[in-house]
Amino acid sequence: MEWIQQIVNGISLGSIYALIALGYTMVYGIIKLINFAHGDVFMIGSFVGFFAITGWNLGFFPALLLSMTVCAILGVIIERVAYKRLRNSTRIAALITAIGVSLLIEYVVIYFRGAQPEAYPKEILPAKSFELFGAKIDSQSLYILLITIVLMVLLQFIVHRTKIGKAMRAVSHDQDAAQLMGINVDTTISATFAIGSALAGAAGVIFGLYYIKIDPLMGIIPGLKAFIAAVLGGIGIIPGAMVGGFILGIVEVIVSAFGFSSWRDAAAFIILILILIFRPSGIFGKNTREKV
Amino acid sequence: MLKVEGIDVFYGNIQALKNVSLTVEEKEIVTLIGANGAGKTTLLKTLSGLLRPTAGTIQYLGESIRVKPVQSIVKAGISHVPEGRRVFANMTVEENLDLGAYLRKDKKGIKQDLDKVFSLFPILHERRNQLSGTLSGGEQQMLAIGRALMAKPKLLLLDEPSMGLAPLLVKQIFNIIQEINKDGTTILLVEQNAHMALSIANRAYVIETGSVVLSGNASEMQNSEKVKEAYLGGI
Ligand SMILES: Nc1ncnc2c1ncn2[C@@H]1O[C@H](COP(=O)(O)OP(=O)(O)O)[C@@H](O)[C@H]1O
Ligand SMILES: [Mg+2]
Repeated sequence: MEWIQQIVNGISLGSIYALIALGYTMVYGIIKLINFAHGDVFMIGSFVGFFAITGWNLGFFPALLLSMTVCAILGVIIERVAYKRLRNSTRIAALITAIGVSLLIEYVVIYFRGAQPEAYPKEILPAKSFELFGAKIDSQSLYILLITIVLMVLLQFIVHRTKIGKAMRAVSHDQDAAQLMGINVDTTISATFAIGSALAGAAGVIFGLYYIKIDPLMGIIPGLKAFIAAVLGGIGIIPGAMVGGFILGIVEVIVSAFGFSSWRDAAAFIILILILIFRPSGIFGKNTREKV
Repeated sequence: MLKVEGIDVFYGNIQALKNVSLTVEEKEIVTLIGANGAGKTTLLKTLSGLLRPTAGTIQYLGESIRVKPVQSIVKAGISHVPEGRRVFANMTVEENLDLGAYLRKDKKGIKQDLDKVFSLFPILHERRNQLSGTLSGGEQQMLAIGRALMAKPKLLLLDEPSMGLAPLLVKQIFNIIQEINKDGTTILLVEQNAHMALSIANRAYVIETGSVVLSGNASEMQNSEKVKEAYLGGI
């Protein structure tokens, strides 16, 4: 029954990847930019949650909301300051800028507070464990899954049922045609960054809750993994990011469970290489060339 | 209603429009004909604000719209049906039509216009829950026109609505354009199919390599030797 437990761990890890991957994929969908600073927004979210809980004695959920709000604002600022003026430039220029923004965030944080890690307090959420089919499941994993599902349902609602969501889909499909509907492209792109970054902020707090230790460079590896998850699901496709995140989390945990824990990072990159060779458009992507 | 005077438009260093002037009066159908690459699409994009002229003026209902953002131009009543339809293929027919009314808040009016679009194009009603990418070319053209009508435009810009359609469908689309016009919407119609365009228009302009070379009454143009030779040959 070890297995069920491992799968549950994989789902928790996968939830974090999926939440970060959503931001990658939404931003890519709308401006075709791989926002490499996204993992650092996740890190900021984690720290905001940490300070809210330890400094201001906020509970888990208020801290989660605060972190999401701060990240949403940060995401909008990053887009307005760094990416907006590059919309009509080459992709490589935007990509280099994204890497620059990523380093800037990391080292500004280190400059102000040092590089030492911080530890999330334990038991912010009740951590009981109970037996299910003979496996020991801890309640935090269930909370994490539940929060992730609620956020995903909320996201689907926004994207499919609200005006701004429809605008987001329209702009990502055809920017000029969207403008002709009277859609404000700038506002729509800002909203996309806000929502994607808020999800990364939530992932940051969940990460702290689950893995305890956080530090200013903590965003790099999960950021890369989430990027892989987004590619795995099909970059630009929202359900793809969710599924890709969960698959990646579960695969990593299984690889560790087989005793290859030093290989878990490699497993993610092997998946990336395989998907780029055999199905570059991802699980949910249509294997057609981009139409002109 | 619309008065364009002496506009120049560039793509980088390439000049696509040279000193173009044109007017459209209220309730008219005006057509702009010209060969492929003459600058017709460029002109429509400039009118809806997707491109900016480097010189000249654009007056719409007595106001300059030359530097207005696209949304304000849409809000002021200019709807543009782009070349190649450009429907949102990943959305349903009804979602596309909803997006056409993006700037409107009058729920009742939107509902009325939706019914109107469905009565103009009954096929769209039938297909309203279908992804628009799965529609045929003709149906997509109808959707693109219907979507533009959802903004309740005063001036409708149509870019080659007949492109790639079978003759029977072209006829149907042109009938509907006339119907929309009778309903009070002014129309600026860009076409390569000069014959069809001239048959429904009041006035016409001919554009060649970025400049207007001829203009006048549509019925006179139909009989003009020059136009016949260049654009109606063989038809
Ligand atoms: N995005 C663009 N970049 C550079 N040149 C363009 C672009 N779009 C159109 N052109 C050029 O501008 C001229 C006019 O094009 P267009 O307005 O599309 O003509 P039409 O609609 O009459 O076929 C053509 O010579 C075309 O090659
Ligand atoms: Mg054209």
